[in-house]
Amino acid sequence: MNPTTIQEHIVEIVSDSGEGAQKCGQTFGNISAKMRNGVWTVEIIPAEIQPPARTPSGASGIRVRLGSKYITNVGNEGDLVVAFNEQVLYSRIANGAYKKGTIVLLDNRWATDPSTKIQQLYVKAVEEFRDHGLIVHELSIHEACLKVVKDPRKGKNMFVLGMLCRIYNRDREMGRNEIALTFAGKKEAIISSNQNLFDAGYQFAIDQLSEYFFDIPPQQGMGDQPMVVTNGNTAVGLGVMASGMELVSMYPITPATSASHYLADVFPACGGFVHQAEDEIAAIAFAIGASYAGKTACTITSGPGMALKTENLGLAVMAEIPLVIVDVQRGGPSTGLPTKIEQGDLLSSLYGMPGDAPKVILAAATIAECFSLVVLARKLAEAFRTPVIVLTDANLATGVQPWERPELTRDMLAPPLDQSEWNPQIPAYDWDKKTGLSQRPIPGMPNGEYVLTGLSHTKRSKVSYEAAENQQSTSMRSRKLATLQSTLTPPKIHGGEDGDLLVVGWGSTFGAIEEAVDNLRERGNKVSAIHLRFLSPLEPGLKDIFSRFNKVMTVEVNYSDDPNAPMITAENRRYAQLATLLRVQTLVDVDCWSVVYGHPLQPDLIEQALQGHLDTLNSATGE
Amino acid sequence: MFGIKADWSLDIQERYFTLDDYEGNEARWCSGCGDHAVLATTHRILRDAQLPPEKSVFVSGIGCSSRMPHYMATYGLHGLHGRALPLACGVKSRRPDLDVWVATGDGDCFSIGAGPWVHAIRYNMNMTVLVFDNQIYGLTKKQTSPTSPINLPTNTHPEGASLDMLNPNTVTLGITNASFVAQVVDWNPPLLHETLKAAHAHKGTSFVRIIQRCPVFVDGITKALQEDSSRLLLLTHENGIPVAPGVDRLFPESREHDPSNMAEALEIARDETTKDIIPVGLLYQNSDIPCYDELSSQGHNTTDAKKIAATHAALDTFAI
Repeated sequence: MNPTTIQEHIVEIVSDSGEGAQKCGQTFGNISAKMRNGVWTVEIIPAEIQPPARTPSGASGIRVRLGSKYITNVGNEGDLVVAFNEQVLYSRIANGAYKKGTIVLLDNRWATDPSTKIQQLYVKAVEEFRDHGLIVHELSIHEACLKVVKDPRKGKNMFVLGMLCRIYNRDREMGRNEIALTFAGKKEAIISSNQNLFDAGYQFAIDQLSEYFFDIPPQQGMGDQPMVVTNGNTAVGLGVMASGMELVSMYPITPATSASHYLADVFPACGGFVHQAEDEIAAIAFAIGASYAGKTACTITSGPGMALKTENLGLAVMAEIPLVIVDVQRGGPSTGLPTKIEQGDLLSSLYGMPGDAPKVILAAATIAECFSLVVLARKLAEAFRTPVIVLTDANLATGVQPWERPELTRDMLAPPLDQSEWNPQIPAYDWDKKTGLSQRPIPGMPNGEYVLTGLSHTKRSKVSYEAAENQQSTSMRSRKLATLQSTLTPPKIHGGEDGDLLVVGWGSTFGAIEEAVDNLRERGNKVSAIHLRFLSPLEPGLKDIFSRFNKVMTVEVNYSDDPNAPMITAENRRYAQLATLLRVQTLVDVDCWSVVYGHPLQPDLIEQALQGHLDTLNSATGE
Repeated sequence: MFGIKADWSLDIQERYFTLDDYEGNEARWCSGCGDHAVLATTHRILRDAQLPPEKSVFVSGIGCSSRMPHYMATYGLHGLHGRALPLACGVKSRRPDLDVWVATGDGDCFSIGAGPWVHAIRYNMNMTVLVFDNQIYGLTKKQTSPTSPINLPTNTHPEGASLDMLNPNTVTLGITNASFVAQVVDWNPPLLHETLKAAHAHKGTSFVRIIQRCPVFVDGITKALQEDSSRLLLLTHENGIPVAPGVDRLFPESREHDPSNMAEALEIARDETTKDIIPVGLLYQNSDIPCYDELSSQGHNTTDAKKIAATHAALDTFAI
């Protein structure tokens, strides 16, 4: 029988923690990427390390979206899900992860569990899932694994990988080889045991699931340029290495820490060091010390860590110390949603400290940009003598996607430590009156001696509380942002150059917004999108672009008041963060649609929201 | 010519540094403040060591003590309240060639900076930490500090400080990797000089608590000690702080203490709280404790080619 050709599918593997669903999905994603499919994977992570088994809140797993075109986001509802128990599916259903017709391949071991309570729960759940419209197949996965290994809790994931590779017509040998790569360094017996499980799963799908046999052709027009497959946090780590920075000073915080885990492993090979500080404050202070001494450093954190670092960030702004801060955003405020997605740190990054503290803020839209923006951040930090914040988020941090392997060049690296003699005629802050830029003496340079201070200071870095001095130094620090903006070009418009509706986005919503806009445009709507990478300074030309559309709105993953909610008026409505910023900067009546569901925005949710705004627009203009 | 480098003798004498080369802005501390004595001593130690001014970095937090970098002609980093130590550790982390000093105070180090204090001692990076302990907040005008004596009237405790003072030496000695703990008073210049000189020469974090005069806010605390030095206990030992002839006569009480003896050091330090006997000298020294900067600075001279090759190797593992 030949496989049915399909354009894309969304596959989920859901289990209790520790059953290896993520490893299964990542390996499946890698195999699919090697077969030149577009791939995006995202992990489903409970907040606890070992949550109670068989509970909805303990759902741990992975979603893999694969297709014949470039995939930029997690997509909408799943097409096929493999579940190791029935309870974990409840939380996915509650999150709207499935639709009528989603295929569920469910391990049926619970139907014969010694506990009658578990048996009853299982039967009840299967009934409810079927009522919900899911197509449930109860399969003896556990039993089949027992024929290969003694303890299927370890290895069931590779059995499932075999099933999926057959269902999606993946190259079987490639699958076996990928297992060897996944378990590289382990004993030969472990590798062959997992390959046996893989083979058994593959055969199991042939025998029991022959109706599900799909083929997803490779991406059209995708050449054979070299690619790498990583998540965003790994890309951040690679960016740190490629930038020539030598120090990452961090404190553990979800969901940022895996970037530092990765670096701890590979950084020493390029002379780098990961310092785990005693707290978030010490982490940034340590980085500032290294930067001051001529080795621009990086600190990687998330929202609560950003809050703690605020005072030191102000010091770096005031004293003009180059520094790279990566903020892998999560849900806030306070401890919030540690493992979930939110774009909630834009305004706190911009304004979250006393006094005027201008700094550069970039936002990565893709996993490739998690790499390239870190490289850019180090350069900007040194050229503009300023801290640079790179915003990513939990979606990019754990999302896995193939991206074009970057060419590494020497000019990405930090310049060598300058220890030449400083001209004592040149002050420590030799501000260029037009641009605010200045060069910086580095400790060790003869005749460059100065005292860096967080107090208001003259161009010779002498403490001064004089009115004119403070006005001058504050304006020079601010001027650098205008100077940087003068080097930027206006954002590219996705879609028509003018029209009814312009959607403005930033960060990880990039792919989902463009997918929604493309769908709407296919139906004849005049919708376009721009996506901002520079948030401070903003990219130029926005007001001009906005003027060509009847309506401008942002789509964001942070809170805004629903204009129709009780008590909300045009005067008191609180807007999403980018919308607030754009309204202030452009005086255009920028609207917004945003939610704080904690998960990646699905393209169809965005599409519905945009359609609603288009309908309102059209009825207002009488069309 | 004849195997002799012609400019050899010129190299040696090319730069000779005088006190002027280390003196920064005119100190703006109050008249009679003990900080002046520490500053002058530090200038002399650098001059005696003939360290090029550009190779030293003075890092500080916030408070009267922390103005010290401004009065040095070296590089300086006047940071944030309580953060002098992590800033200094960062400076040293990738620049082991720099000579790093920290100027901090009883509020800056023992109160708002208590967390970094514990961890910086444990890192044992090669630097000299001077704690200017006047037992009061000076710059913010007379608030209780962790080392203010109990019952001392202050602006935050007008009826008198309510808690017994913290003992900085027992805390420091109790931290893993403490490698140099000394205590001295600012009004004995020869002893101050020898103490800071030994601290600077030590490999590791040398922690020096300097009991120091604040004539404006708490004149009585140190005046009482100056008038009756029998509350001070001079620690002597061949491996301790050298005591010049004549200096010992200023200390009626003294005892022999081997600075390698941690148990005895803790006992002596504790006596300050329990018996009001204030030790002066070297409490503890161990030069064999590893310095974190030796670890953190590894690879600081890696070539560009090697960095690129290592990044390529990292990318290879994700290639498809």
